[in-house]
Amino acid sequence: MGGFFKSSIGRKVAMALSAFFLMFFLLQHFAINILSVFSPELFNEVSHFMGTNPLVQFALQPVLIFGVVFHFIMGFVLEIKNKNARKIAYVKNNGAANSSWMSRNMIYSGLAILAFIVLHFIDFWFPEINTKYIQGDWSGTIEGVEGFRYYEELTHKFVSPIRVGAYVLAFVFLALHLLHGFTAAFQSMGASTIRKKRLQSIGKAYSIIIPLGFIFIALYHHFNH
Amino acid sequence: MNLTLKIWRQKDSKTKGRMVDYKVTEISEHMSFLEMMDVLNEQLVNSGEDPVAFDHDCREGICGMCSMYINGEAHGPDRGVTTCQLHMRMFKDGDTITIEPFRATAFPVLKDLIVDRSSFDRIQHAGGYISVNTSGNTQDANAIPISKHAADEAMDAATCIGCGACVASCKNSSAMLFVGAKVSQYALLPQGQVEAADRVKNMVAQMDLEGFGNCTNTGACEIECPKGISLENIARMNRELMKASI
Ligand code: HEM
Ligand code: SF4
Ligand code: FES
Repeated sequence: MGGFFKSSIGRKVAMALSAFFLMFFLLQHFAINILSVFSPELFNEVSHFMGTNPLVQFALQPVLIFGVVFHFIMGFVLEIKNKNARKIAYVKNNGAANSSWMSRNMIYSGLAILAFIVLHFIDFWFPEINTKYIQGDWSGTIEGVEGFRYYEELTHKFVSPIRVGAYVLAFVFLALHLLHGFTAAFQSMGASTIRKKRLQSIGKAYSIIIPLGFIFIALYHHFNH
Repeated sequence: MNLTLKIWRQKDSKTKGRMVDYKVTEISEHMSFLEMMDVLNEQLVNSGEDPVAFDHDCREGICGMCSMYINGEAHGPDRGVTTCQLHMRMFKDGDTITIEPFRATAFPVLKDLIVDRSSFDRIQHAGGYISVNTSGNTQDANAIPISKHAADEAMDAATCIGCGACVASCKNSSAMLFVGAKVSQYALLPQGQVEAADRVKNMVAQMDLEGFGNCTNTGACEIECPKGISLENIARMNRELMKASI
């Protein structure tokens, strides 16, 4: 089995597995965020649970961090390997004749997502870590806010139009990444293309609806507060 | 018709190459692309220049030798054809046509448009065969029943002519369509089962050793393959390797 993950196909499979994990995480993240539109109270409850539950904090969170880091490092490694497989470029290459723009630019859509993740960590994750692990405040409350603080912090972030713009743009790139990536991950796992049509429809739906949903949440809070 | 050709000229594998412009006149639209190249070479020979070296053999789409990257696509703009089957009616009078060798680290250029595809041979040697002596003791074709579906799929995979267009078209120079086809053609048939696990492991290992890239499922290979080898063969190879590695 060790040899398998060193082979080209094994690396594809590892890439796909990390991608599956990220896509599942994204769905879960969306499900929680959308609550903020319907019920600030419920959003606060669930956020507090996720932020303080030991299983989530000490088991799922490290796995997630590993998954993200693994995915983009592997993405870079494969990109470099693949670039080396053709050292002299074509003078004229008509890539659009046989493949989609998304499929040819996964590294660039991926880089855009990576830039977003950095911003997102500065916005939410680092402050959380600081509050809980450095200051040791696990109460989920803050002075001047009734009940939990999460909803207040969320809406506060979406005041700046520049940040909202950056979020919207990042989710457009995420959609482009997934429009190719979703079906590609199944293909890498050896899924039969006989079921491709239905898989492609599901992939398209996921890749457009989820990022669009995140964009909606950002815009909703921007224009409502 | 009259055409301008931009062709990659390279003296040998060690010398640096460059694009050179040529003009050809009175090309018939009924000519094949290689016949057009013959006209150019006749011109060059008559004027004492070195003709453009290019691979070709059968000139009927079965040997897979005629590797050329024409206007940014392997075997040119037509679908399901090799360069020898590409007709000049695909182009217009006054066109400029760019002609380059197939590019991949694992396909080094030998001269002009000729590349060394022996990396494909070494992948085949690593497992693209069955160790049964079939000479002189041919069995009745129906002695081993094989489902129509499996027979068709195996036959489709076996139509791969090893031309390398998949590698040339792939942005990653991946050889997975070729290797997928070679693995599939045996994996689908009972005769291929004995060595199935070793075959896929060894062929993939050799493919990696040769320096081909990693598939990222762009699907360019399938579109440019002159024999219509489908991506399903890559998926099957992935399944075969997973099965063999567990
Ligand atoms: C952190 C920044 C990211 C970078 C740099 C990145 C980079 C890449 C690259 C280069 C590939 C193509 C590699 C290949 O197909 O072999 C890829 C594939 C993929 N990515 Fe990302 N990505 C990032 C984040 C994400 C996120 C957040 C998701 C999902 C929520 C995601 C989902 C996928 C999927 C589904 C694939 C297809 C996997 C496959 O081909 O088997 N990526 N990524
Ligand atoms: S899979 Fe198609 S493009 Fe690749 S070598 Fe075989 S025939 Fe040529
Ligand atoms: S010369 Fe044989 S396939 Fe073109």
